[in-house]
Amino acid sequence: MADLTLDARNLQCPMPVVKAKKAIDTLQPGQVLEVLATDPGSKADFAAWSRSTGNELILATQEGTVYRYNVRKR
Amino acid sequence: MSDPNKVTIIACSGDLDKAYPILILASTAAASGKEVTIFFSFWGLFIIKKNDGKIIGKDWMTKMLSWMHRGGSERLKLSQYRMGGMGTWMMNQVFRKNKVAKLSELLEMCQDLGVRMIPCQMTMDAFGMTMDDLVAGVEQPVGAATALEYASQAGINWFI
Repeated sequence: MADLTLDARNLQCPMPVVKAKKAIDTLQPGQVLEVLATDPGSKADFAAWSRSTGNELILATQEGTVYRYNVRKR
Repeated sequence: MSDPNKVTIIACSGDLDKAYPILILASTAAASGKEVTIFFSFWGLFIIKKNDGKIIGKDWMTKMLSWMHRGGSERLKLSQYRMGGMGTWMMNQVFRKNKVAKLSELLEMCQDLGVRMIPCQMTMDAFGMTMDDLVAGVEQPVGAATALEYASQAGINWFI
């Protein structure tokens, strides 16, 4: 269901958010970016980043040590 | 009027442990859609100094500065626990192991995201630095009045 997947596993702050910004810039409004991350701080950061940018965080889950976020572009 | 979408950072330190927060906050703010400007003054200029080459300098005193510290994001040292170079080396090793981005990568990321980097004219002159000493993409140097004007328009102002 995601239009683009960004593998940000093993990356530390601020790279998952910074790379997500660059990835979402390539999408059209309404399209969904999926981000995989292992940084535990990304949980709060993707929520905050989505609020700051106006993009919609439609999914935030955790499977083991991997966090999965789906963000719909505004 | 202060705009919450504008961020101004005064980068006064050339310490490794200050350069990280400066570039992390700047790149994150830019990635969050904010307009970010960093003013580099005093030792902060070392963050945007090219990694290759020395500071050219204009007399023996400014050339000596280059001999003491050549500057550049890959040469910055910790502000404390240096232990004769061991501390900085160990910190860099730990960062590599934890996959923390290098300062040079963060600097590049800031530039990609459109962070404006502006050096301070007075300290550049005092250190004998020219635009040729600084990384590409840095804007022309300005004075305190310009930094103040930017700061008065920004909703977020950090002095690091």
